[in-house]
Amino acid sequence: MQSQLRQKIIVVKAVIHCICILLLVNEYWLALNDGLGADPVEAVLHFTGIGALNLLIISLSITPVIRLFKFTSLINYRRMLGVYSFVYALMHLLSFLAFEVQFDWRLFITEIIERPYMTLGMAAIVILLSLTLTSTARVKRKMGKSWQKLHNWVYLAIILASVHFYMSVKSDVVQPIIYATIVAILLWFRRKKFQKYL
Amino acid sequence: ITEPLTYLPQSDKQQILTPESKVISHNNFYEFGASKSDPVNNAQSFQTNPWQLTISGQVENKIILDYDDLTRLFALEERIYRLRCVEAWSMVIPWVGFQLSTLLAKAKPLSSAKYVAFETLEDPEQMPGQASRRLGGGINYPYVEGLRIDEAENPLTLMAVGLYGKTLPPQNGAPIRLVVPWKYGFKSIKSIVGITLLDKQPPTTWNQLAANEYGFYANVNPGVDHPRWSQASERRITTGGLLARNRIDTQMFNGYGEQVAHLYKGMDLRANY
Repeated sequence: MQSQLRQKIIVVKAVIHCICILLLVNEYWLALNDGLGADPVEAVLHFTGIGALNLLIISLSITPVIRLFKFTSLINYRRMLGVYSFVYALMHLLSFLAFEVQFDWRLFITEIIERPYMTLGMAAIVILLSLTLTSTARVKRKMGKSWQKLHNWVYLAIILASVHFYMSVKSDVVQPIIYATIVAILLWFRRKKFQKYL
Repeated sequence: ITEPLTYLPQSDKQQILTPESKVISHNNFYEFGASKSDPVNNAQSFQTNPWQLTISGQVENKIILDYDDLTRLFALEERIYRLRCVEAWSMVIPWVGFQLSTLLAKAKPLSSAKYVAFETLEDPEQMPGQASRRLGGGINYPYVEGLRIDEAENPLTLMAVGLYGKTLPPQNGAPIRLVVPWKYGFKSIKSIVGITLLDKQPPTTWNQLAANEYGFYANVNPGVDHPRWSQASERRITTGGLLARNRIDTQMFNGYGEQVAHLYKGMDLRANY
């Protein structure tokens, strides 16, 4: 029984790896070959940004889904989804640097400092980076109680990411508002965690 | 659905053009959806014939042009212009059209006319973005724009009825649109049904939505940033994929200062952005 379950987990993990990586490879392959419409840069930035937010939402949905539906084996996939969210966010940032401002470092740095929505997005990436670096079982053991404290920052990261999305659009706010609603629902499930701050 | 036009070609062809396939597939035309690829997908059944363009307001002769008049009343010429979007990307497009000044001369503006207002067709049955807030990006319809009369009469200001030698595809603003090459692209209003001469400055759509981001003048100006991004440089869309090194410095008045800088003598372009 135990080994059967383990096998199942490995298969599901392999499928998640394949989906996350293939989608990314497909997007960049098309973009490199000018196959993503007139402006491949905009297409790639949108794809990786929305992808990072989607993955973060899925990973934060796992705990409430387990609570509601007792689907406990899902917990095995939470960490990798969170890490992939960081990978997509990192590609978003690197694409901005390499393809949008095209290694104009001055522009890159001033944009991140001077534009509030860019600053928020950058802050979210820094949080996701620190969570990714401390995501292994070994580090988790070493950190003890402080690990959970650090990883509660993910809630701030998802708020920053959805505000970043809202502020980045020109006028079509319907999609960002749908995302913000989903994020609010996910946070509502954790309301007990936040009570001490309120 | 486009037809070839007869026109005087432009002799100077120094600039590298944006490929036609990109010009007609990357459009901001919220009437057909707020994403860049929506217009080409949603505008193909747009009916532009019959059409009526009315020039009225403070003019001696009110004029109504029908569909055939748009391409036959005036001699057409090709104008290769840089188009600088306020979103910091740009294209080089061979338009076909006639100067707005010749149309205005025919209408004979009264001396009280100081501004020219433009209006896009409002037809939610044909324009899904006007029918749905989700698709249409939440801007006010009909789309309205405006110019000072001396800007409208500048020889650069074009009424375009075609591009790449053919009539305009619907996603590019068929059957007739404005092209003001020294201003951000949103000034170049599409699918125009009304031109009204006024004695005061008319409201404009993006200015109504976010006045701190989009001014009435909207002259291309690398020295005045959009609140959310720098306007000092732009990405020129030509050929090539992700690795195309296409970021270039943005020029004052999009490089048309010689023809238009005198219009703004003594004006603070930082306040009048």
